[in-house]
Amino acid sequence: MTQSPLHQILDYANRANPYPIYEELRRTPVHHDADGPYVVSTYYEIRSLLHDPRISSDARNLASTASDPLAESAEEGNTLPPSFLRLDPPEHDRLRRMTNRPFGPPHSPHRIDGMRGELGDIVSGLIDGIGDPGRIDLVEQFSYPFPVTVICRLLGVPREDEARFHTWADTIAASLDPDPDADPGERGKEANDARMQLGMYLAGLIEERRKHPRDDMLSHLATAEGPDGAMATMELLSTAALLLIAGHETTVNLVTNGMLTLLRNPDVLRRLRAQPGLAVPIVEELLRFEPPVQLLPQRTPLTDIEVQGVTIPKGASLWLVIASGNRDPKRFENPDRFDPDRRDIEHLGFGSGIHSCFGAPLARLEAQLALSELARRLENPRLLEDPPPYRQNAVLRGPRHLPIACDGIRP
Amino acid sequence: MNGDGSLERLRREGRIVVVGASLAGLRAAETLREKGFAGSLTMVGDEPHEPYDRPPLSKQVLLGVTTADRTALPRRRDLDATWRLGVAATGLDMAARRVRLADGDEVPYDRLLIATGVRARPWPRPDEAELDGVFVLRTRDDSAALTRRLADGPRRVFVIGAGFTGSEIASACRERGIAVTVAERAAAPLVGALGGVVGAVAAELQREHGVDLRCAVMVTALEGDAAGRVRAAHLSDGSTVETDVVVVSLGATRNTEWLAGSGLGAGPRGIACDAGCRAFDIRGIVTDDIYVAGDVARSPHPLFGYQFLSLEHWGNAVCQAEIAAHNMLSESADRLPHMWVPAFWSSQFGVNIKSVGVPSMGTEILVAQGSLTDRRFVGVYGYQGRVIGAVAFDHARWLPFYQHLIETTAPFPPPFPLVDRRPDGQRPIDADFPDPSLPTHGPTVTLSGYSPADRRMTFTPAH
Ligand SMILES: Cc1cc2nc3c(=O)[nH]c(=O)nc-3n(C[C@H](O)[C@H](O)[C@H](O)COP(=O)(O)OP(=O)(O)OC[C@H]3O[C@@H](n4cnc5c(N)ncnc54)[C@H](O)[C@@H]3O)c2cc1C
Repeated sequence: MTQSPLHQILDYANRANPYPIYEELRRTPVHHDADGPYVVSTYYEIRSLLHDPRISSDARNLASTASDPLAESAEEGNTLPPSFLRLDPPEHDRLRRMTNRPFGPPHSPHRIDGMRGELGDIVSGLIDGIGDPGRIDLVEQFSYPFPVTVICRLLGVPREDEARFHTWADTIAASLDPDPDADPGERGKEANDARMQLGMYLAGLIEERRKHPRDDMLSHLATAEGPDGAMATMELLSTAALLLIAGHETTVNLVTNGMLTLLRNPDVLRRLRAQPGLAVPIVEELLRFEPPVQLLPQRTPLTDIEVQGVTIPKGASLWLVIASGNRDPKRFENPDRFDPDRRDIEHLGFGSGIHSCFGAPLARLEAQLALSELARRLENPRLLEDPPPYRQNAVLRGPRHLPIACDGIRP
Repeated sequence: MNGDGSLERLRREGRIVVVGASLAGLRAAETLREKGFAGSLTMVGDEPHEPYDRPPLSKQVLLGVTTADRTALPRRRDLDATWRLGVAATGLDMAARRVRLADGDEVPYDRLLIATGVRARPWPRPDEAELDGVFVLRTRDDSAALTRRLADGPRRVFVIGAGFTGSEIASACRERGIAVTVAERAAAPLVGALGGVVGAVAAELQREHGVDLRCAVMVTALEGDAAGRVRAAHLSDGSTVETDVVVVSLGATRNTEWLAGSGLGAGPRGIACDAGCRAFDIRGIVTDDIYVAGDVARSPHPLFGYQFLSLEHWGNAVCQAEIAAHNMLSESADRLPHMWVPAFWSSQFGVNIKSVGVPSMGTEILVAQGSLTDRRFVGVYGYQGRVIGAVAFDHARWLPFYQHLIETTAPFPPPFPLVDRRPDGQRPIDADFPDPSLPTHGPTVTLSGYSPADRRMTFTPAH
């Protein structure tokens, strides 16, 4: 039985290596099965759609929200409003701008770089605590706890509460995976419940920060009065939930994919050990080669649009497979080669356009520090399982575990 | 020339001279080497500095974020060139293929690239222009001198002309807490480049940031004190503004005088060239060995009705230089046209301004996204029923879409819904460009409409 390319992408059997399917998919730049989404897989088409103001990210513009598991339908009273990820301008711009004030330039140009030392300490601490070098699960012992600790510090969420928000975060992240076999209504409801509970948890923290502000993002967001005024409480909860989840569900994959790729490319790993500065181009190439977000399944046209001779009708569900665009030979020479010396590397790993990854500067820094330190400290590291077991999720794709071993851990 | 191996010889042992050692000159030279040119390369530049970047001179440098001497252009590769810096080219002998230099030297060439750019138009009355405290801003030295003066804490800076550069200077002064008056002949800032609708937004922006903006006035005289320092500016409305620094931002003049009498089609509007960057001679015949790139060039653009465009745009200089370099080393069938879609950026008063296409050709404007009152918008310019340009204030990420509309001659107004379409943007309105027969200082794009085939093409000699 031949499966449609769409089912093949979602099929767990292909999780470890979806790239041959993407290659197949690119032969039809705009792929469409009856009733299914319109799937765009080629670099230039994806890029231009990401800059196309006829394309909406707001689920309310989908012809039928029922079939969209990601719809954060605002009709029901007991749910959070959509985060800026799922809004169009001007609401998107306003919320993103307000969120950016305590995070990045021009108002907080040093926030991220100022965390460098702190991030380094967290990395060292985690590596120090690894224990038996003969069997390490890099995900459990390093790449998951690292970004969680970081995002908790940045936001001002107590690290001890990780057990509480972990389950909610898992449910929300899983809902991003458009599993065709799951009942969309049921999954949507589960995700909404999880967002609501996460929101209530964050509401408690925010209340506390309002009274006793500290130098963390929740305090700043809760108390700031910029030119855009203050965020409404519900907006603030959605934003905080977005930052908390996006702040670690993706970086864990970037770091894990990174180590996996380095172990498969020992010469690069060797170079990185000798030259930690190489982490910068390595991370850029990783974002092209194994992007932690594989596809963006949440766009819709506001009007019929034509892409490569195919008319995508107004309200249709539109998927942009950025991981495929990143390996488009029309854009990148030898796209399936992992090459940190690549100079022309305008990848789509962080998306592009107004929704391009908000946390990119933090994610970059985290991955650079993590990989260069792992390369430096793990002695003769090797994979114990290749491919490693993957998470179910086809959108936020990455290994569930990464069993590795090394001869020892350098101080 | 063709097929007889001479091109091979040129690549191997030819002599290429580049006059104008700045952005376009450097990028062309790098491209020549990249394409395998192994002959001798001479870079002639009248400034004593190695090639540097100008956009920061009116932005980061004035703000003190960087210094003028730290604006050197990054090198893409090693050039292996003979540098003749601090020496102007003073003449061209087309028949003998030689460039004359100010120090009496002559440099022979097989191919010549002219990239002499433009210079700031000075205050027209020399005695007033020479007063201490009167500046222009084009070069690194200009910027360093002005920055020094701003650091001394002048009581007020007076900017003449509210084009992009003048507005950026005013913005930098305000950011440094210095009082600024801007005088503009047109009804609003940026009007020449973007029209009155957007100009009104720019005016509000300036006033909101505390600029004393005076529009629809002319500066009639600059007055100095006994020591020869500027002390006041007089305006056509009868008012006087006391000031200790004046910055003249009246646009630019093309550096073509050195070509007077050479027989090349060079004049005050630049050097006309074909779409492949080959210069025309005064008879309108295209040369085969002389190429032009950057601010000094005027070339026909197929997308804009083959109008000859002079673009004072950074991106244009880079692209045109690369095309010129490629074509210099290519057979006629392999030559490439310079079809870069004009694009320009500026930053002032905390707003990022970007444009694509040729807004100044537009007659109507539609606020397609965002709103003028928020000062976050995309304005789309229409000309005879098609999209001809677009400008974004803090909305630049959408511009590639509009560039595509321009490239595909999409209809104006765009007939589809867009995210962030507001009530402002339901109907196009008159873009409100000033009457083109009335001069405004330096719009960044100037159009002059003769096609290469137009028999009436006349040559205006250099003044
Ligand atoms: C202050 C400022 C800010 C700017 N900001 C922006 C911006 O934000 N965005 C943007 O798109 N563009 C901007 N520009 C425009 C951009 O810098 C120009 O488009 C670009 O520099 C053009 O490069 P060019 O090499 O053609 O000319 P130029 O940079 O003008 O270089 C020409 C060189 O040739 C030399 N020369 C002239 N005559 C002779 C001769 N006879 N012999 C030898 N040498 C000679 C000149 O001294 C000069 O060094 C700005 C320009 C200035 C001045």
